[in-house]
Amino acid sequence: MAAKTLTIDGKQISADQGATILDAATDAGITIPTLCHLDGVYDVGACRLCLVEVAGINKLLPACTTRVHEGMVIKTDSERLRKYRRMTLELLFAERNHVCAVCVANGHCELQSLAYSLGMDHVRYDYRFPKWGVDNTHTLFGMDHNRCILCMRCVRVCWHIEGAGTKNVSGRGSGSQIISDLNQPWGTSDTCTRCGKCVMACPTGALFAKGATVSEMERDRTRLEFIVTAREKKQWIA
Amino acid sequence: MIIDDLTEITEKELASRKKFTIRCCVAAGCVSSNSVGVKEALERAVRDAGLEDQVEVRGVGCMKLCCQGPLVQVDERNESPGATVEIRSVDTGPLYQKVTPEDASALIGTLQGGSSNLSQADPKHPFFAEQLPIVLANSGVIDPDRIESYIAAEGYQALHDVLRELTPKDVLDSVLQSGLRGRGGAGYPTGLKWGTVAKTPGTQKYVICNADEGDPGAFMDRSVLESDPHSVLEGMAIAGYAVGASQGFIYVRAEYPLAITRLQTAIKQAKQLGLLGSGIFESPFNFNIDLRIGAGAFVCGEETALMASVEGKRGTPRPRPPFPAESGLYGCPTLINNVETFANIAPIIRKGAEWFSGIGTEKSKGTKVFALAGKITNTGLIEVPMGTPLRKIVELMGGGAPDGGQIKAVQTGGPSGGCIPADALDTPVDYESLTQLGSIMGSGGMIVMDETTRMVDVARFFMEFCMDESCGKCIPCRAGTVQMHEILTRILNRKATRRDLEKLEELCDMVRHTSLCGLGQTAPNPVISTLRYFRNEYSELLVEDAYGPRRNGNGQCAQPTADSTL
Ligand SMILES: Cc1cc2nc3c(=O)[nH]c(=O)nc-3n(C[C@H](O)[C@H](O)[C@H](O)COP(=O)(O)O)c2cc1C
Ligand code: SF4
Ligand code: SF4
Ligand code: FES
Repeated sequence: MAAKTLTIDGKQISADQGATILDAATDAGITIPTLCHLDGVYDVGACRLCLVEVAGINKLLPACTTRVHEGMVIKTDSERLRKYRRMTLELLFAERNHVCAVCVANGHCELQSLAYSLGMDHVRYDYRFPKWGVDNTHTLFGMDHNRCILCMRCVRVCWHIEGAGTKNVSGRGSGSQIISDLNQPWGTSDTCTRCGKCVMACPTGALFAKGATVSEMERDRTRLEFIVTAREKKQWIA
Repeated sequence: MIIDDLTEITEKELASRKKFTIRCCVAAGCVSSNSVGVKEALERAVRDAGLEDQVEVRGVGCMKLCCQGPLVQVDERNESPGATVEIRSVDTGPLYQKVTPEDASALIGTLQGGSSNLSQADPKHPFFAEQLPIVLANSGVIDPDRIESYIAAEGYQALHDVLRELTPKDVLDSVLQSGLRGRGGAGYPTGLKWGTVAKTPGTQKYVICNADEGDPGAFMDRSVLESDPHSVLEGMAIAGYAVGASQGFIYVRAEYPLAITRLQTAIKQAKQLGLLGSGIFESPFNFNIDLRIGAGAFVCGEETALMASVEGKRGTPRPRPPFPAESGLYGCPTLINNVETFANIAPIIRKGAEWFSGIGTEKSKGTKVFALAGKITNTGLIEVPMGTPLRKIVELMGGGAPDGGQIKAVQTGGPSGGCIPADALDTPVDYESLTQLGSIMGSGGMIVMDETTRMVDVARFFMEFCMDESCGKCIPCRAGTVQMHEILTRILNRKATRRDLEKLEELCDMVRHTSLCGLGQTAPNPVISTLRYFRNEYSELLVEDAYGPRRNGNGQCAQPTADSTL
């Protein structure tokens, strides 16, 4: 595999051909904020947090789905990018009911920690306070739609890692909703294998293991890593 | 099928022409005002008058002046010796408007020298006279349900010539030289797109016709499909030959039942005559076309969402690259063009690239079909050369605002476009000029507004459309349109302050630059363009900030209190 050389934030780096800008940056120790990206599953470019500036291209490009080219000059951080990222987070916090103080994921939430790290200290948009429910019908897990940011990680791991195909999306626009099977209570799903991968993949408190209370929901991402490395590298890590 | 068969069908078709052809529009606009009933009444009246051997009553496609439907035109046979092709007499025979079934016998009476006081449209009016029909040349003339009628109008000649006389490279060169650009909105050069698909290696390639037409108020593509479905099939087959594809799909929305039926009929007839299928015109070329019916989501007009939908997946866009030309339907190289783009292909091949590139402006060649609607006297379909001044379209052809009203602005490009103020009406209509004005050519919707229209209302209408039609995949579009709509509503309710307006502008900028697909990227356009030309209508609705100016941490005002920009 041929290597490509490029510049990210002034740093000269080399990356494998076919690598994404996000891969290259991560290798070089440069952090690009992401929400919909999850190591091991294919990328969809949905959250738009990872947008970067590439010299000579007047559009912002998502780092997670854009492949590196020879001689690319990339900026992952600028006043403008930081502003857009903060606004994206503000829009998310205003969209559903993210009440950190009473959330199982408090302190272990990617949305929350991004808000800290990107300096989103308040939300200037009207909170929508939509009426979303909680699905507690599953014996092991629960789904709180109020916390969902529609990153589709759960859908992707359910289809492409576990292969169960339980999770899906219904509706469109701000009415989009994560559903189980044919939009039925999760507990009545015939396809759910109760593997818990969606719960481990979720960045917020939307999917949780039952029994956890405020701030207790820690994610164990190694459950995904095991299958992904087995598939991609043919190694069975213990 | 060989060329002699085409000639034979043409000759038979022309020989069977009776003295009079009465053309009765059976496209959706007139059908909705009972043109089918009119057609039946006309047929009955012909029988009652014993004129069956002299008069043919023919259902035809759109005759353009949709607001006056049902339209019926009487066409007397052209006896001149050179008249080998279907007679195009749009400007000759009398054109009756708002015809009812009760009018039928009086109308037939006029053929025998009787007089009538039926309401007539003037075929010499600029609305008709200034049109230059290429895409709509057969519309209102041929019977869309009969392939013979299309063949008699030189139909499938171009496909024959392409398959028997030209190499794929010749076809690509012709399309490139013609200067044709995509009519689906963005105006990407069609020849370049075809060339990319042709060059991308792959054993399986696809051709897709985008007939999703989701812009509110637009009905150009529907009319083409209802009036002249074979022209689209022929264009697609030529494209298939040029790029090396053997399978085509037409993605058409379920809200167009008549277009779907006509297409089904057309595909069946073309297959029966061997104009689709294998070994077309006894060449090694195979091409099939299938329909895919969309459930009517605006976003499914976006090419990557459309392909996901054809594959049976949820219709959401994905980031490009890879572009469909490299990796499209089922991961294969795919050519996707708009209905009107395909309808231009056969004429380009028949009459030559130079002929086509002689029409229009330097960078925008050919003609464009517009659906003229809103506060305008003559609503309907018009096809004009690129570069026609907007004023000519709305004032001369469209007849201006009804009841002597004043035109305030013209909206083009639907929810992705913008409003062009009245004082810019002398702008020529081409891709670049419209973009410069902050609007876009779009697919051809043209909505005229008069002084009674409030621009903030317009902006909110389109924002509501985008909010409802957002697929929900990416955050800026899904949540951003909701907040922009909220602020616009607050402005209209006189509850918004200058700070809200700033927030709105900031959101416009952010959503435009960060959204994943064209829907989100262009959703702010109606707001941006109305702010650009009608800013005072926004500021008039703003109220004082009850809390006074905000202060930053240094005890200074963060914003100047007196507003110089508004
Ligand atoms: C939200 C959205 C809706 C679209 N809707 C349509 C449509 O209804 N019809 C169409 O031809 N193109 C539509 N397009 C443009 C297509 O993505 C694509 O560019 C076009 O079909 C290419 O054909 P052309 O090159 O012939 O213009 C839409 C694009 C976007 C972003
Ligand atoms: S439930 Fe969690 S993983 Fe699934 S879409 Fe919502 S936030 Fe993402
Ligand atoms: S811009 Fe809107 S329609 Fe396009 S992908 Fe994003 S949410 Fe979907
Ligand atoms: S991580 Fe790239 S768009 Fe979400």
